[in-house]
Amino acid sequence: MQRNMFLKTLAASAAAMLGLGAGLTHAADPLEVPFYYPVAVGGPITKVIDGYANDFNKAHPQYKITPIYAGTYQETIVKALTANKSGKAPATSVLLSTDMFTLIDDDAIVPIDDFAKTDADKAWLKGFYPAFMANSQTGGKTWGVPFQRSTVVMYYNKEAFKEAGLDPNKAPATWKELSEAARKLTKKDASGNVTQYGIQIPSTGFAYWMLQTLTTPNDVLLANEAGTKVSFDNPKVIEALDYWVNLTKEGVHPKGVIEWGTTPKDFLEKKAAIIVTTTGNLTNIKANAKFDFGVGQIAGHVRKGGSPTGGGNFYIFKKAPKEQQQAAFEFAKWVTQPERAAQWSMDSGYVAVSPAAYDTPALKKYGQEFPQALVARDQLPVSVAEFSTHDNQRVTKVLNDAVQAALNGTKTSAQAMKDAQKEADRILRSYQ
Amino acid sequence: MSASSSSIAGSGQRSIHAWLLLLPALVLLVAFTHWPAVATLIDSFYSTPKGARAAVWVGAENYQAMAEDPVFWQAVRNNLWFAAATIPASIGLALLMAVWVNERIAGRTFVRMAYFTPTVLPMIAVANIWLFFYTPQYGLLEQVTGALGLPSHNWLGSPSTALGAITLVAVWKEAGFFMIFYLAALQTLNPSLKEAAAIEGASRWYFFRRVQWPLLMPTTVFVLVNAVINAFRLVDHVFILTRGGPDNATTLLLYHLYEVGFKFWDTAYAAAITVVLVVVLSSVALFQFFVLDKKVHYQ
Repeated sequence: MQRNMFLKTLAASAAAMLGLGAGLTHAADPLEVPFYYPVAVGGPITKVIDGYANDFNKAHPQYKITPIYAGTYQETIVKALTANKSGKAPATSVLLSTDMFTLIDDDAIVPIDDFAKTDADKAWLKGFYPAFMANSQTGGKTWGVPFQRSTVVMYYNKEAFKEAGLDPNKAPATWKELSEAARKLTKKDASGNVTQYGIQIPSTGFAYWMLQTLTTPNDVLLANEAGTKVSFDNPKVIEALDYWVNLTKEGVHPKGVIEWGTTPKDFLEKKAAIIVTTTGNLTNIKANAKFDFGVGQIAGHVRKGGSPTGGGNFYIFKKAPKEQQQAAFEFAKWVTQPERAAQWSMDSGYVAVSPAAYDTPALKKYGQEFPQALVARDQLPVSVAEFSTHDNQRVTKVLNDAVQAALNGTKTSAQAMKDAQKEADRILRSYQ
Repeated sequence: MSASSSSIAGSGQRSIHAWLLLLPALVLLVAFTHWPAVATLIDSFYSTPKGARAAVWVGAENYQAMAEDPVFWQAVRNNLWFAAATIPASIGLALLMAVWVNERIAGRTFVRMAYFTPTVLPMIAVANIWLFFYTPQYGLLEQVTGALGLPSHNWLGSPSTALGAITLVAVWKEAGFFMIFYLAALQTLNPSLKEAAAIEGASRWYFFRRVQWPLLMPTTVFVLVNAVINAFRLVDHVFILTRGGPDNATTLLLYHLYEVGFKFWDTAYAAAITVVLVVVLSSVALFQFFVLDKKVHYQ
């Protein structure tokens, strides 16, 4: 009897536990939302992203955002598109803003407008800097949400400026001033070898981006908004490339093709007094420079300054289930709110994506303590979209090769750009 | 009658056993080597599927595009230069190192280990180190040439030296690996040969040329096959050092293939390049195994 009673109690409690367990798992059965992201700058980025996902999941118990680190930008798009082709697309991924046309052509993503239905959502989309939206919209639709965005600035060694008799508190503002400063900053040893170059603009990998820092001040765009036409052989583009080539010919800029990755190091080693590179290097240079350095806007020419933007956007994948897409949208919205965008900017060195983020107390204080961080923001009103077309990587390679050929002297600037134009026209023929 | 049928049954059973034993390896090979190769061949005759547009039969169009692609031909030229330099240099160096560390010298184990180290290190990691060796102005190479009073040179940034620079890294990486094979072969040689040569008064060079080298021939063929394959396969360092630049001066075939396939997403054209690469490499390997192999054994 007793034994029977015991068994009954056991069975009842087991059933209760099972029931409870089932109830619990049912109530807390959050929707898994895979999210691919790349890391392109130094620092503990993976930890920061995991932290954001955790905070979001706590605030939204119905969702479970799973961040998946996928390597560099290039590796991430390879993984995302391969997953998409096998039918298991991630709900969302951070990919280069310039990959927008590639993703549209592959029918891989859906417009963000499909989800932004309320007035608040629409206001949120309007809250980003227009310079960042230029790379996120085409054909009247928004395809990407700006997240880890950057721009190109000039870093200069203030001590070298003082030695050369230049004003260390004023970066060269025009091409003319820049050439003169570069001439004064170039130092040679007794046997005539250069020990410090005046200026250095890297030309591997992102040569097209660096060319844009010269074409934008020369008031010419390399591609149309639809990404179907390029203007490489425009005389203003050739003039901009010639300016760069002439810096190397004058001996104030190192010869040949300059490695992107070692450029910050060249600056830190005082082998180059001015370098032109992404704002993403700011945290690195701040931490490692043993001298006082300044950050300046890109020098102007026909128009005042102006740089291309760069970096990554959130995209939402078409093949993901509807609920996952909605969750991805909520996450992108949540993570780009002003306070979080401000925090992200300070953690990573990226430019905060909205003016509202720069109005937050945290970022205001940071800007006062470290004014170099605000240069990128001040440059945004004169910034343009990063070069992007259909079949983007192929056209970009054609442009990169042309810039390198001109810098190496195997072709004249005009010849290199005319050849590149012909090749790009051939590639883009089917999109026109 | 009964005896013969049982022997047939026996042989049938044996062949089933044999097939069962072969099955695991066969499944892996077919699934991950042979089927992808055939699928690539089929894909190379179709267009690249894009979004809603499915692949269509285009015949030899991808091959025609290849014949007209200047970057492809530059990659072929670069790769032939790369192969012509890395194969003899790495084999020669490997042989030299092996003969040396085979002698009884002080610190032999240490030298052997030192020579083998480049093989153990991951290529991506060492390429990052070499990047700083080649860096203009303050790189290791520049510090040496600077101390000698030579002018500064941008090794990876000028088309005349970039290919040579990445070739050097490949030779450095491969020689230690090939040395191990030569060393193993040298240790199997009968020591009485050396004693006999010494009694006959043969010089060291004569002994090497007439005894060691012919006896090492089978190893040389094996190493040669590996060196040829590696000359077309070893591109990891290109990603770090030059990314095929400047202006395609260091684009090797496999790197071009990667760009076409995974940067431009032109998978059909990439399949066509793959087919050409596979056909060329397998015919070279077949030639080496069936023709050279017959002539190498010392008689």
